[in-house]
Amino acid sequence: MSKQRYVLRLADTSLILAQRLGEWIGHAPALEEDLGLANTALDLLGQARLLLTYAGELEGLGRDADALAFLRSEAEFCNLQLAEQPNGDFGNTLVRQFLIDAFQLELYEGLLQSGDARLAEIAAQVLRETRYHFRYSSGWVIRLGDGTDESHARVQAALDRLWPFTREFFDADEIDTQMCTAGVAPDLSTVQRGWSARVGAALSEATLERPQDTPFAWYGKRGQHSEHLGHLLAELQYMQRAYPGASW
Amino acid sequence: MYTQGLDSPGTVDLPAPAADRQALERRFQARVDAEEKIEPKDWMPDAYRQTLIRQISQHAHSEIVGMLPEGNWITRAPSLLRKSILIAKVQDEGGHGLYLYSAAETLGVSRDEMFQQLLAGTAKYSSIFNYPTPTWADVGAIGWLVDGAAIMNQIPLCRCSYGPYSRAMIRVCKEESFHQRQGFEIMLRLARGTTAQQQMAQAALNRWWWPSLMMFGPSDTDSTHNEQSTRWKIKRFTNDELRQKFVDFTVPQADFLGLKIPDPKLRWDEASQHYRCGEIDWTEFKNVLKGHGPCNQERLAARRRAYEEGQWVREAALAHAAKQKLRTGRAAA
Amino acid sequence: MKPEKPDWPLYEVFIRPRGGLDHKHAGSLHATDAQMALEHARDLYTRRLEGVSIWVVRAMDIVASDPSDADALFEPARDKVYRHPTFYKIPDEVETL
Repeated sequence: MSKQRYVLRLADTSLILAQRLGEWIGHAPALEEDLGLANTALDLLGQARLLLTYAGELEGLGRDADALAFLRSEAEFCNLQLAEQPNGDFGNTLVRQFLIDAFQLELYEGLLQSGDARLAEIAAQVLRETRYHFRYSSGWVIRLGDGTDESHARVQAALDRLWPFTREFFDADEIDTQMCTAGVAPDLSTVQRGWSARVGAALSEATLERPQDTPFAWYGKRGQHSEHLGHLLAELQYMQRAYPGASW
Repeated sequence: MYTQGLDSPGTVDLPAPAADRQALERRFQARVDAEEKIEPKDWMPDAYRQTLIRQISQHAHSEIVGMLPEGNWITRAPSLLRKSILIAKVQDEGGHGLYLYSAAETLGVSRDEMFQQLLAGTAKYSSIFNYPTPTWADVGAIGWLVDGAAIMNQIPLCRCSYGPYSRAMIRVCKEESFHQRQGFEIMLRLARGTTAQQQMAQAALNRWWWPSLMMFGPSDTDSTHNEQSTRWKIKRFTNDELRQKFVDFTVPQADFLGLKIPDPKLRWDEASQHYRCGEIDWTEFKNVLKGHGPCNQERLAARRRAYEEGQWVREAALAHAAKQKLRTGRAAA
Repeated sequence: MKPEKPDWPLYEVFIRPRGGLDHKHAGSLHATDAQMALEHARDLYTRRLEGVSIWVVRAMDIVASDPSDADALFEPARDKVYRHPTFYKIPDEVETL
C-alpha cells in the first residue's frame, strides 16, 4: 500500500497543479502565454492520468483515473500543498510553477533509476516535459525578478509567501523512507541538494532573495490541506457528482 | 518577403498620376484573376489593404474571444480526457488568433493597435461568442455547430488572394476539423446517455442553432461588401450559399443524433434538393452586433482585465530584455 | 487610452518539419528575447509534431529583395531555358540520361 500512496502523491500533485493552470487559459498577460500555460497544463494532466491509472491498479479496487480524480474527497488527496495554492497574479503562478518544476526535475531524474519499471518508464516521459516546464517557468522568474521594480517586488513577495510550502518536498515521512529503502524512490536529501542548487542559481540570476526556511509542517502529502482544496475540488468534481454514473 | 515593414512606407499609396494608378490597378486585378497570390510588399489598392485588415483582424478577434465561452468549462470538464481535449482546443484557438494577427500585421497594422480596437469595443468579432455556455452540452454544441459553420467559411479562404491570409487559413483548417469532431462526439455521448444528458443536449441545440445560422452574416440582399470582395478573391462564396451548405450538412447530423432542430418550418425541398429553413430573426442579430447580446460586456471585460492585469508582466519582459542587451553590449566592449 | 506602450518585438519563424527537409517560413510572433521567441514558436507551430528544428529571426534583421526590383532580379533567368533539363531532347534508346 505504501507504493500506491506514493504514486498517488505524484499523481495528485500533477493533477491539482494542472487544474490551477487551467484557470488561466484565456486570461494570461499575452496570447503567447495562454499557449505556454496551456502546454504545461496539458502535460501535467497527461502525467496525472498515467500516474492515477497506475495508482488505481496498485490499489486493486477497480478505480480508474477518472474515479480517483472525480470521486475522492479532500482528505484522500495527497498532492503537495503548494500545488493547491491559488493562482494569484502571473508572478505568483510562475513562482509556484518554478518551485515545483525544479522539484519534479530532480525527483523524476531520480525515479529514472526506480526499481519499479512502470515508474521508471513514466519518469522518462515526465522528465522530457518537465525540462521544458522548468525552462519556461525559470525563464519567467528571471525576467520578472530582474525586470522592473514592480515586477521584482511582486515576485519577491510571491516567493516569500510560497517558500514555506517547499519544506514538505524534502521532509521524508514513513512512505518516502520505505520507498527509498525499497529502491523505488530516490533519497530526498539528494533531491533537495539538486533542487537547492537549481533554484539558487535561478534566484540569483533573477536578483531575488532566497527566503529563510520556516517550520511549516502541514503536509498535503499526508492529507492535510488548506481551505483552497475544497473549492478547487468542488469545481473539478461537480459534473460527476451532479450526474452520478453518467458517461461523457 | 514576410516582414511587417512598419518602418518602411509599404502601407502608403505613393501619389501617382491617374494613368499610372489605373495601370497599377489593372495589373493588380489581372494578377488576382490569374489566381496569383498577393504578398505583403506588393502594390495593392488601399481599399484592398483596408478590407483585408478589417476582415483578418475581425477573424483574429473572434478566435481569441472564442476562447472564453469554452474556457469557461475547462475547470469543470466531466472527465480527464475531456479536460485535456478542451484545453487543447482552446489552445488551438489562441494559436489561430496568433496566426491571424501575424497575417494582419504584414499589411502594416500592429497587434497592439488591433487589440486596442477590440478592447475599446470598436472592432467587431463574430457575434456567436456573445452567447453563454451555461451547461457542458453547450461546449459540444459549439464544437459541432459553431466550428462547423466556421469551417464552411474558412475552407474557401484557403484560396484567398492574399498570401499570408491564405497560408494562415490552411493551417487553421488543418486544426479545425478536430474541433468539430470533438464537439460532435460530446453531443453523441450525451444523446446516447441518461435522460438528463439527452435533455441537456437538446437544450443546447435549441440555444445554438439560430445563432449559428446568423454566423454567416446578413442575407445576400442585405449585405454590402460582397461584390468588391468577390472580385478581389477575398470572398469566394456568398453568405446565403455558405449558410445553405451548412444547413444541408448539419440537418442529417442532428437526425443521426436523434435531436430535433428548433425550427418548425424546416423541411426538405425535393425540387431544389436542399433543406429550407424558417425566417431568421435579424433583430436579435443586429442587437447582439451592437453590443446588446447576453455576454458582450463580459467577454470584453474579461479581455480587458487580462490585458490590464498583464501590463506589468509585459513591461517587465521588455525591461529585462533591455537590461540583457546592455549587459552583452558592455561585455562586448 | 494610455500613452503609447511598446509592443513586444516581432520575430519571423522558420521550422524544419523533418530531418532532410529545409526550414520553411511558418509565420511570425511577438517576444522580448530569443529564448522566449523559441518557446513561443515551439508552442505555436509544433504542437502536432511538425518540427525538429526552429529558427527565429527578429523581423527587422531580415534583408529582403524589393518587389519593385523583381523584374531586374528574376526576369533575366526566364529566357535561359537551356538551364532546364526539359530543354534537351534525348533519344529514347539512351535510358540513363
